[in-house]
Amino acid sequence: MPEATAHSIAPLGITRDRLATFVIWSAALLVTGLFLWLISDILLGGITRLSWAFLTEPPFDAGRSGGIGPIIVSTGLILLVAIAASVPPALGTAILLAEFSRRESLFGRSVRLSLDVLAGVPSIVFGLFGNAFFCIYLGLGFSILSGGLTLACMVLPILIRTAEEGLRSAPDDYRLAAAALGLSRSAALMHLLLPTAMPALIAGLMLGIGRAMAETAALIFTSGYVDRMPDSLWDSGRALSVHIYDLTMNVAGGDANARAAALVLVVLLLLVNGAAMTLADRWRNARIVTA
Amino acid sequence: MSQSLNDDLNRFDHTVDPEMDNSAYTLGPLQAGPPCCHPRPLIRVEHLSVRYGEKPALEEITLDIHRGCITALIGPSGCGKTTFLSVLNRLTDMIPGCRVAGRVRMGSTDLLHPALDVQALRREVGMIFQKPVPFPLSIRRNIELSLLEHRITKRSELDGIVEQVLTDVGLWNEVKDRLNAPAPALSGGQQQRLCIARALALEPGILLMDEPCSALDPIASGVVEDLIQRLRGRYTVIIVTHNLAQARRIANYAGFFWVKERAGTLIEFGQCRQIFESPNQDLTAAYVSGKRG
Repeated sequence: MPEATAHSIAPLGITRDRLATFVIWSAALLVTGLFLWLISDILLGGITRLSWAFLTEPPFDAGRSGGIGPIIVSTGLILLVAIAASVPPALGTAILLAEFSRRESLFGRSVRLSLDVLAGVPSIVFGLFGNAFFCIYLGLGFSILSGGLTLACMVLPILIRTAEEGLRSAPDDYRLAAAALGLSRSAALMHLLLPTAMPALIAGLMLGIGRAMAETAALIFTSGYVDRMPDSLWDSGRALSVHIYDLTMNVAGGDANARAAALVLVVLLLLVNGAAMTLADRWRNARIVTA
Repeated sequence: MSQSLNDDLNRFDHTVDPEMDNSAYTLGPLQAGPPCCHPRPLIRVEHLSVRYGEKPALEEITLDIHRGCITALIGPSGCGKTTFLSVLNRLTDMIPGCRVAGRVRMGSTDLLHPALDVQALRREVGMIFQKPVPFPLSIRRNIELSLLEHRITKRSELDGIVEQVLTDVGLWNEVKDRLNAPAPALSGGQQQRLCIARALALEPGILLMDEPCSALDPIASGVVEDLIQRLRGRYTVIIVTHNLAQARRIANYAGFFWVKERAGTLIEFGQCRQIFESPNQDLTAAYVSGKRG
């Protein structure tokens, strides 16, 4: 090590720096490598089965052959119900927490604590709750509606906490300056604070959608197993993740189609992600230009 | 109740002196303000005290703010000058645990009345902060935002106001070709002038300025100072400054604040020249001559 001898000051520090660099790089490479391995495995296993027919046709022979058309439709509907039911209350709660209550107030602390506890509850518990409450008590039965509402409960804590942090990250200077200009709090919120927090709101929504899309346990008891095309939201519908689970665990010879379905799930997630990012950018540019 | 308060406020909309030519599009060249030898009080502050929780910030302030004049508030940091400003536009409402006692009146309007329409008050009393706070919007939208709240939505009217206030602060020629560019990309001095333009767009009668030049370089600071000079007469300006030379150059009146028993208090208030040249209090003399503070 020529540098170490040339600079006699703290050669130990330089060695330590190099070690740290090595550790950090290898950790990053490991994570990236794992991700690539996973993606390539799904891609190689699934791409041969993928076709337009696979995406549109109903499954045959318990999913060993045929496609996943109705399953994609059910997944989309469950997701729509979940988003529609969770975003408005999440946004409202986040605004209440961030803008209309003090961070250290008893109210804020107790709401935040319950959200953190909720966020840590295993999804199977949400599934049982959804089954007991939506399917049985409210009489919605095994339906897309029950499944979507259960997912909404599950992602609510993530949505609220990310939205709240996003709003809090908007500088207080904006609030003061807006107030000094005679803007009402709601106007400041609509035109200034929400647009500023938009990237965080979108990131939270992505996290929520990601969790909802990948969810299996909470849906088995709520939206059910039925793999035909749903007629309405009151129909049972099988989500993609439930389908993948069923094909791998319960159906002998369903592996190939399971991988193809997994590939579709991953691609769908990436698409939703990309679409949300584009939408957020456009919304931001319409109302706000960041330097 | 609040309606009559609003009527009171509205009577103060016309702070431009009738004898002044207000058809001029810009504020015109640098000019000395109207002679403030016939002071007409616009805001009367009596026995004002402010506490943050149990901690006193201001104790027993009594002074008059005169119409059309520039009043400078000087004194060391932490003596309550900024708190005093935020009482006048009720930004103190936004600070949890802040309690204001005493009397602050504008004409017959009690500015501390709980039912006062603070949005209307803040349109009448504009505020410029120490650090320029351009919103992360385009230059144009920075000015329009508060006007939209004011129910001004006609494109031509908005464009007219934007051009006028930007001209008034001497920014129009610099930015007229890029009104849709993001405001935070402007230089510090330009940002501060934009913030002043934004406040002027609401046609306030009073401007509160909290060390508007202290975050700027000397040249930008000079430009903003010239601008403040030109606001005299049209607007009643109350400026907090740590720059004694600046206070002396621009102000008609000066108030000297000092910390006594851990609360800010007003030591002396009077014509600017008197405060600087023949102060009545030894403390004032020591401060303005640089011996203390």
